[in-house]
Amino acid sequence: MKLDWRTIIRNGLLGGGIAFYLSAIGMTELFSERYLIGDFLSTGQLFVAIGGLASGILTARGLKEEKHLTAYMGSLLSGIASSIPILLLIFLIQVLVIRQIGQDVIFNWRSMFVNLSPNLVEILTFGQGLAAGIPLLILATTTLAFIGAALVLLPTRWGRALTNGLMWTLGIGIFSENVRQILTEVTNRDFVRLVFQQRTLNPEAAIAIFAGVFIISFLGVGKVTQSGWAKLPAGQQKQGRVVGIVLLAVFLIALPWLVGQFLSQALFLVGMYVMMGLGLNIVVGYAGLLGLGYVAFFAFGAYTMGILTSTGPLGVGNFNFWTALPIAVLAGVVWGLVLGFPVLRMRGDYLAIVTLGFGEIIRILATSNWLAPFEGGPQGILHIPTPEFFGIVMNQPQTMYYLVVAGSLLIAFVTIRLRDSRLGRQWMAMREDEDVAEAMGINLVQTKLLAFSIGAAFSAMAGAVFAARVGNIFPHSFNLLISINALSLIIVGGMGSIPGVVVGSLILVGLPELLREFTEYRLLMYGILLIIMMLFRPEGFLPEETHKRELRGEEEEYVEEHPVAVEV
Amino acid sequence: MSIILKADRVTKRFGGLVAVNAFSFELEEGAIDSIIGPNGAGKTTLFNCITGFYKPNEGEITFDGHHIQGLTPDRVTTSGIARTYQNIRLFSNMTAIENILVGRQPHYKTFWIEAIFKNPRVVNEEKEALNEALHLLQYVGLKGLGDQLARNLPYGAQRRLEIARALASRPKLLLLDEPTAGMNPNESAELMHFIRKVRDELTVSVLMIEHDMRVVMGISENISVMDFGQKIAEGNPKEIQTNPRVIEAYLGRGAAAGFETNAASAG
Repeated sequence: MKLDWRTIIRNGLLGGGIAFYLSAIGMTELFSERYLIGDFLSTGQLFVAIGGLASGILTARGLKEEKHLTAYMGSLLSGIASSIPILLLIFLIQVLVIRQIGQDVIFNWRSMFVNLSPNLVEILTFGQGLAAGIPLLILATTTLAFIGAALVLLPTRWGRALTNGLMWTLGIGIFSENVRQILTEVTNRDFVRLVFQQRTLNPEAAIAIFAGVFIISFLGVGKVTQSGWAKLPAGQQKQGRVVGIVLLAVFLIALPWLVGQFLSQALFLVGMYVMMGLGLNIVVGYAGLLGLGYVAFFAFGAYTMGILTSTGPLGVGNFNFWTALPIAVLAGVVWGLVLGFPVLRMRGDYLAIVTLGFGEIIRILATSNWLAPFEGGPQGILHIPTPEFFGIVMNQPQTMYYLVVAGSLLIAFVTIRLRDSRLGRQWMAMREDEDVAEAMGINLVQTKLLAFSIGAAFSAMAGAVFAARVGNIFPHSFNLLISINALSLIIVGGMGSIPGVVVGSLILVGLPELLREFTEYRLLMYGILLIIMMLFRPEGFLPEETHKRELRGEEEEYVEEHPVAVEV
Repeated sequence: MSIILKADRVTKRFGGLVAVNAFSFELEEGAIDSIIGPNGAGKTTLFNCITGFYKPNEGEITFDGHHIQGLTPDRVTTSGIARTYQNIRLFSNMTAIENILVGRQPHYKTFWIEAIFKNPRVVNEEKEALNEALHLLQYVGLKGLGDQLARNLPYGAQRRLEIARALASRPKLLLLDEPTAGMNPNESAELMHFIRKVRDELTVSVLMIEHDMRVVMGISENISVMDFGQKIAEGNPKEIQTNPRVIEAYLGRGAAAGFETNAASAG
C-alpha cells in the first residue's frame, strides 16, 4: 500500500480551506437558520460539509487506479486533514474573540473579522461544546470524505444513484418552504405534515426521499424509458411528442397558481432573463460577437414603453401596452443598428470593451439632466400602467408570468427558425472564422447588423415587459449587472443552446430569489460558479447539440448520381 | 480558349515591403496552372489580392471580363472565385454538411425573414441545398462523415472538405493554396487525380500554389515562378525545370551554375 501523503494532506487542507473560507465570510452562520432535515442539519453545516466531501472526491480521483482499499484509506485521511482548517478557525475564534487575547495590545479582532463570532463555534461544534464537538466535527468530515470517495469509486450505477439520492434530498431540504407550499396546493394537509415539520423535512421523509430516488435511478428508469422510446414506431413517437407538449403546456399554465405569488414573481424574473438571454445568445452564442452593453437595449425597450404608455407628465400619446410593445421592439432594432454600425470592424476583446462603454453611456445619458425633460433623468418615469388582456388587468405576478412565458416562447420560436436557416449558419460561420466566412460570400456588414438588431429587439421586448411590470423605471435599474447576468447565464447554460438559456437563468436568477440569504453573496456565488464551470464543464450545463443533417430520413430522397466514390 | 483570369502589374506593399511586385499573368479557361516559388515569395499575398482579402496598391485584376480588384471578398466569391487555405481553415465547430451549406452562400435566394415563417420557398431551398451538399460530400469521398464536426475529421478528410466547401459555391475558378501540404506522395497523387477530375467534370479553371515539385510538374499546364514578389519565369513544366533563374531562386547561385555545367556536359 503506497500512499502519497503530500497529495492526501493537500487535498484535505484544500477541502477544509473551502469550509474555512465560507465560514469566515459569514455564509455558514447566515445559513444556519435554514434547516434541511429536522432541526439538526442546516444549510450552514452543508457549507462546512463541502470541505470534507471535496477532499474525499479529490483524493479518490487521484487514487482511482489503486486498490479500492487504498483509495478509501487515502480519502479518509484526507477527510481527517480537512478538519484541520476548521479546527484552526475554532481555535482562532476561541483565542482572539472569546478570550480576546491581544485585544488591548494590538486591536479589536472582532471589529475586523465580524463574522468570527462565538455563535460560529457553536455551529461548527454542533452545539455540543468543545470537548464533544471537536471529535464530532472530525468524525463528520471523515464520514463526508468517505461518502465523497464512494461517489467516485463505486461502480457508475451505484455512484450515480447515490449522487442523485443526495442531491434530491438536499435539494428538497433546502427549498422546504417552497416545496411545502406547492404540496399544500396539490395534496392535503396530513400528507404535508407527514413530509415536513415546521420549515424543514422530517428525518423519516428525508430517508424515504433518498431511498426512493436511489432505487429509481439505480434501476435506471430514465434509461429504460429512453431505449423504449427509441424502439417505438415513428407514428407513436409523434403522438408521444404531442402528448409531451400538451403536458408541458398544462404545467406551464398551472405553474404560477401552484407556487404562489412570491415564486411567481421569481418566475417572472426568470422569464424576463430568458427573453434577454435568448437575444444575447444570438449575438454572443451564434454570431460570436462578445457584447457587454446589452443592458442598453433593455433600457431602450423599457423607456420606450414608459414614455409611450405613462399616464404621468412624461407620457407621450398614452398608447396602451399592446400597441407600445411592437414600437418598443422596433426601437430596439433601430438602436441595435445605430450602436452596431460603429463596432462593425471590431473583434473580440475590443468589441467587448466598446460595447461595455456604450452600455454605460446610455445609462449615464438616461441619468443626465440633459434628457430629463423627455425621460425624467434620475427621477425616472412614473405611472406606467399595467397591461390589460381582454379586460383582465395583469397586476399580479401570476398574470405577468404568462406574458413573459408567451414572450419567451415567441422568441425561442423565432430563434430556432433563424438558427436552422441560412442566416443561422452565416452567424455561426462568422463566429468560427470571420475572414473565411467573408471569403465564402457572406456579407459581414449585413450579417453582423442582423445579429445586433435581432438580439437588441428581443432585449427591448424584455425591457418593455419589465417597465410594464414595475410601473416606475429609474436609470439606476439599468446597470452593468444586468448585462453581466445575461452573459453569465448564457455561459452557465451553454453557449448557443436554447434550453441552456432557460437552465442558466433558473440557476442564476431563480435560485438567488429562492435563497434570499444569498443576496449579499450573489456576485461571489456567480464568480465561484463561473470558475467551476470553466474548469469542469466549459461547454455549459446543456451545450448546443450538433445538428444531424446527413442521416435523418432525407437519405431516402438522396439519389446517387455518382455511384463510385472518388478515390481521393 | 478565352482568358478567365488576368492580373496586370499587380502590386501589394506592406509599409516598405513589396510583397507582390508588378505581377502579371493570364489564366486560360479550363486550365490548371500553378504558381511556385520559395517561402515568402508572395504567392499567398497574390491569392489574397485576387480574392479581395487585400486591396492591391496598383494594377488590375480582371476575372471573367470584369475588374475585381478592390471588391470585398464576399463579392469576389459571388462573382465565381472560390479558394482553399494553406493551413486548413474550416468552420471547426460546425458539421461537415454545415460547412458545405455555408459554402453555397452565393446561391441562396430567399430573404432571411422568410425563414421565420418557413414558407415553401425556404423549405424547397433548404432541401435543394441539403441535396447539393450531400452530393458534394459524396463527390469528395466523405459520404457518411457529414454529421461529424469539422474539427473531428482526420487531416485528409479536412482537406477534401475544404475543397467541397469551395466547390459548393459553383465557382468558375478554384484557387488552391498548397492543397497537398502534409500529405504523403500517394495521397498527393490521388489528390492531383481528383483535381483533374474536378476540372473536367465541373468545368472549373484551377490556379494553385504548390511546393511539391512532383505534383506541380505532373499536373500543371503552365507554371509561373515567383521570387521576392516578382515573376521570374513562366512556361510549361519542362521549360521551368531547366530555367537557370528558377534553379537559382530555389537553390542559390552556385547550385545554378553547377546545374548549367552539368547540363552542358550531359548535352
